[in-house]
Amino acid sequence: MSDTTTHSVSYVRESMLAETAPPVTETGAIKWMRENLFSSILNTVLTILSIFVVYWIVSKIGPWFWNSIWDAGSLTECREILAAKGMSSHDGACFGVIKDRWQQLIFGFYPSEYYWRPVLALLVFFVGISPVLFDRMPRKMLILTMLTPFVMYLLLWGGAIWLPLMVAAGFGVGYLAMKALSPINGLLGSLGAIILPLIFWLYLAGPIAGQLTSFAPIGFEFVPSKSFGGFTLSLVIGIVAIILSLPLGILLALGRQSDLPIIKYSAVTFIEVIRGVPLIVWLFTASLLLNYFLPPGTNFDLMLRVIIMVTLFSAAYIAEVVRGGLAALPTGQYEGADSLGMSYWQSMRLIVLPQALKISIPGIVNTFIGLFKDTTLVVFIGLFDPIGLAGAVRASTDWNGIYWELFIFIGVMFFIFCFSMGRYSLYLEHKLQREHR
Amino acid sequence: MSTLTDPPKPAFRLSQLIYDTRYRSITIQLVALVLMVLGIGWLVNNTVQNLAALGKDFNFGFLDNPAGYDINQKLIDYDSQMSHGRAALVGILNTLLVAILGCVTATVIGVIAGVLRLSKNWVVSRLMAVYVEGFRNVPLLLWIILIFSIMSESMPQPRDFRGDEPAASMILSDSVAVTNRGIWIPRLGFTNSLSGNEAVASVEGVPAVASGGADWALIGVTLLISIVAIGFVRSRSTRIQEATGVRPTTWYLQLGILVIPFAIVGLFLGMTVVTPFLKGFNFTEGTHLRNSLIALWLALSLYTGSFIAEIVRAGILAVSKGQSEAAFALGMRPNRTMNLVILPQAMRVIVPPLISQYLNLTKNSSLAIAVGYMDVRATLGGITINQTGRELEGMLLLGGFYLVLSLLISSVMNYFNNRTQLRER
Amino acid sequence: MTHKPLGQKNDLLGNVRVETQEEVKMKKTVFLGALTIAALTAGVGSAATLDDVKARGSLNCGVTTGLVGFAAPDANGVWEGFDVGICRAVAAAIFGDPTAVEFVPTTGQTRFTALASGEIDLLARNTTWTFSRDTDLKFEFVGVNYYDGQGFMVPKDLGVSSAKDLDGATVCIQTGTTTELNLADFFRTNGISYEPVPIETNAEAQQQYLAGACDVYTTDASGLAATRATFAAPQDHTLLPEIISKEPLGPLVRHGDSEWGDIARWTLNALVSAEELGVNSTNIAELAAAPTNNPEVNRLLGTEGELGAMIGLDANWAANAIAAGGNYGELFEKNIGENTPIGLARGLNAMWTEGGLIYSPPFR
Repeated sequence: MSDTTTHSVSYVRESMLAETAPPVTETGAIKWMRENLFSSILNTVLTILSIFVVYWIVSKIGPWFWNSIWDAGSLTECREILAAKGMSSHDGACFGVIKDRWQQLIFGFYPSEYYWRPVLALLVFFVGISPVLFDRMPRKMLILTMLTPFVMYLLLWGGAIWLPLMVAAGFGVGYLAMKALSPINGLLGSLGAIILPLIFWLYLAGPIAGQLTSFAPIGFEFVPSKSFGGFTLSLVIGIVAIILSLPLGILLALGRQSDLPIIKYSAVTFIEVIRGVPLIVWLFTASLLLNYFLPPGTNFDLMLRVIIMVTLFSAAYIAEVVRGGLAALPTGQYEGADSLGMSYWQSMRLIVLPQALKISIPGIVNTFIGLFKDTTLVVFIGLFDPIGLAGAVRASTDWNGIYWELFIFIGVMFFIFCFSMGRYSLYLEHKLQREHR
Repeated sequence: MSTLTDPPKPAFRLSQLIYDTRYRSITIQLVALVLMVLGIGWLVNNTVQNLAALGKDFNFGFLDNPAGYDINQKLIDYDSQMSHGRAALVGILNTLLVAILGCVTATVIGVIAGVLRLSKNWVVSRLMAVYVEGFRNVPLLLWIILIFSIMSESMPQPRDFRGDEPAASMILSDSVAVTNRGIWIPRLGFTNSLSGNEAVASVEGVPAVASGGADWALIGVTLLISIVAIGFVRSRSTRIQEATGVRPTTWYLQLGILVIPFAIVGLFLGMTVVTPFLKGFNFTEGTHLRNSLIALWLALSLYTGSFIAEIVRAGILAVSKGQSEAAFALGMRPNRTMNLVILPQAMRVIVPPLISQYLNLTKNSSLAIAVGYMDVRATLGGITINQTGRELEGMLLLGGFYLVLSLLISSVMNYFNNRTQLRER
Repeated sequence: MTHKPLGQKNDLLGNVRVETQEEVKMKKTVFLGALTIAALTAGVGSAATLDDVKARGSLNCGVTTGLVGFAAPDANGVWEGFDVGICRAVAAAIFGDPTAVEFVPTTGQTRFTALASGEIDLLARNTTWTFSRDTDLKFEFVGVNYYDGQGFMVPKDLGVSSAKDLDGATVCIQTGTTTELNLADFFRTNGISYEPVPIETNAEAQQQYLAGACDVYTTDASGLAATRATFAAPQDHTLLPEIISKEPLGPLVRHGDSEWGDIARWTLNALVSAEELGVNSTNIAELAAAPTNNPEVNRLLGTEGELGAMIGLDANWAANAIAAGGNYGELFEKNIGENTPIGLARGLNAMWTEGGLIYSPPFR
């Protein structure tokens, strides 16, 4: 049989053909274009349309960027330079305004010799949160994280170092009270941990810090809140509010999950009321009404009022994010903690919250991005955020009439900040997903 | 046999309030309640003291006083002699208008962008990625200002339309005028208006054509009756189909029921299309969509649309790949696969975050302040508060309005959400 | 030059102030800290405003967030302008130091609450003196530093010569001001229609007007002139002859503290009287050094009489106020006068001796 098969086939190639190049339409750029751009009539139309849109936009605004003027001290000067080149004032951008005022747009009225302080504060912030954000960092760094807010306060506002030190000492007092009183009675311990620091802060911290300051005036030059502006203001409001709102938000989320109806419904009411009303209304409340709600004669600066309001605002949003994290935990975790005989706070502290918060971090970062973008609204109550400063720059005789250049600069800055943070939260989400599989 | 004796009932001890979990919850709640009441009382007390110190009272009487300012976009009758309350109502309607328009277009833009971003076409998906990231990462306020300025810079002025050789001309056979003050589009008017044409300021050389509320009410009622009647026809044909297996052809009947009464009412009212034309400084007649409305609407839709696009994309990606592969295996075309297989499943993932985007859009409409769109924050929360000095009352009303609106939207949407969720299981 | 003596005097005053400032700074830090700890109990007592200001070491003065010529921060963050000059004069009258001012930018919406709540001590933000603001809103206008009126600006090629020709026009206005009320009244009385386009800030309104999104821009005539001055082609725009309102702009304080009101009022009057009496920043050092033969100048500059003590300030309070930025006329010329880009003529704001309305009660 074997020979019949060999002979019944008329032709058998005995050697391999030499490799030839694939057809032109199946390789390289052409293949890629055919598959990705012109795979069907609809796709072709879409491609051509998209390319046309891109071309149209670039042809409209490209020359304006191309002809931009960077060396001008005022708008008039800039227009003269353009006119000397034979162009009208619409043909070229005047980015001279950015060169002239970029420090103001970024630092506001912060004293120029201390620009390093906000920059350092931002670096400290990044170092401080790195153990939270990247779990490869050593755990011991969490102690540094706790110190971060005080260091940042000191760097940004300055003043004597004793006051932030005393505030931090208050937490120490609470911790010691907890340690000392808990063995006697658990409840006494937690009460002491709350009340003693409060007493310390209210009645002792101020005078002690005052005494220490007069004794050893160590510290930085004090910079009042009014000097804050531009992106520094946006970042300070955003970061301070997010840090302060985290504990509050966690408490609210726990309250919303609580079995105790009064606690539950007051948490729900608070969250819904805050979330139901636009931030701009809350900001007007901070600026117009907060003084009504405080004891007569109380008065403190607008930035602090805004921070308080924004903190309450973001606490409600953080609460919802954390609630999502709590809900995502399998019930087994709660039951497991209960079956070990843990008290409510023990199970929350040791079992539930560490896991829930880890899931919530991307949501918290997204909340921060939203908050950071929303800080632009403070312009409507007279604070100099980047957009407010743009208005102030345009009110100077040099730059009156400038428009697009400032907004483009501000937009690009915001984009860089928000885009990179958004990428980070995306990376985190993917990582969490991988870990869950 | 030993008899079971009831264990002695322990007398209630005060310490149980702290140590016994049954009572402890009551204790905690009572303490919380007392603290809360004290806190609220403290705030109210402060407010009363502060008001007294400033010599102000707390009453809403200012709402009845004449407002004294004009509002450009008014959906109901309003002039400067009417009350602050009326001005607030005009603002409320304007807020609702831009919120509804914004939600609709944001959804359309978001769905298209979300689907296109998953397209295999490289250029298209990149372009959509640029759109989504660009809008998501720059503050909405900046977009509103930029779009508003771009519109007023790049569109022609009304006077460019004038002269023998105008620099600009109306589009769509001279019925729509696109200017840098907004867009004028034709409107429906009624020559036999129920509210009479005398009230309408007549323009030289053109007969006055009113479009009163009564006319629209009549048309609305007619359409409603038609739709109910169509419902009857359809349920009847469903019954026949169930009984005989053949569905009777009724499309011409349905069309007739819809069109004929409408046409009769239209004829009776003398319905005509009124096109805008240039007179004096501006176009007149027609409906004027102001720049402030368009800029706000566009910015809100594009901004929220970029978020919705991401939601839609995530929703589609959440549908397992097997579903689309199975659909393709059955020979379904990509379009039908998307419509019949993927989107219905993706909706379950999409709807809840979509609701919160609608809420955000509604709240963000308060950024109207940046372009001078006269929403409720601009009328009640802006000029009224500023002219009367009633910030406490005004802000309370304003906050209350937004709160009620948000709760309303979220409860309605949650209702729909629950229904779709239930049906799928 | 004759600067020297006063300069030294100021130095002396300055030296005194350095100490107090540090003291206050410390207190402030403690105060801020106490707040950060959420104490919220401490606070500025509602005692006399002057005492508060002195204790604080600086004057909190409300200004605009930026209006060319009237108030705007420069590249170094130093505030400049006509309204700013008033703030500096008051600070100089109290502390002898024109830089002892904290400028609080306010918007049209937030300015009155900022003043009512005590956040600012003095509002110098081109605010129109009206009946209801004086009575119902519980403020006290201390005088008028600029007589203004609402006007209209149109492009020349629009061919409009009177505001009454504006039937059907689109009008850009700034919100949160009396402007929108005046406008409604004007068009209503003349029986013509218009389309209001409310804009939040002057800069935005300017952009809209230049783009032709409105036919007319209306605001105070001074603002119109200031705005027009910055256009690429100012000659293409014209101000209509109608001035449809009276806008006496002036600084204001809270009701109920007349002593504080007196300080603001008489500082303003001192600047006006100085112009009338020929006292200016170049000759003030000389005039203040020793009594001159004009008794009113002597009383004003504190070389004679006890005027300073009567309002609880140093004898040389008015001299300091005038030295801060010059007299009324100098402030005007430096910030908004004809030699500035804004180029406003004195007009109604000339001295009463020269046919204007600027007039100060006598110092005696």
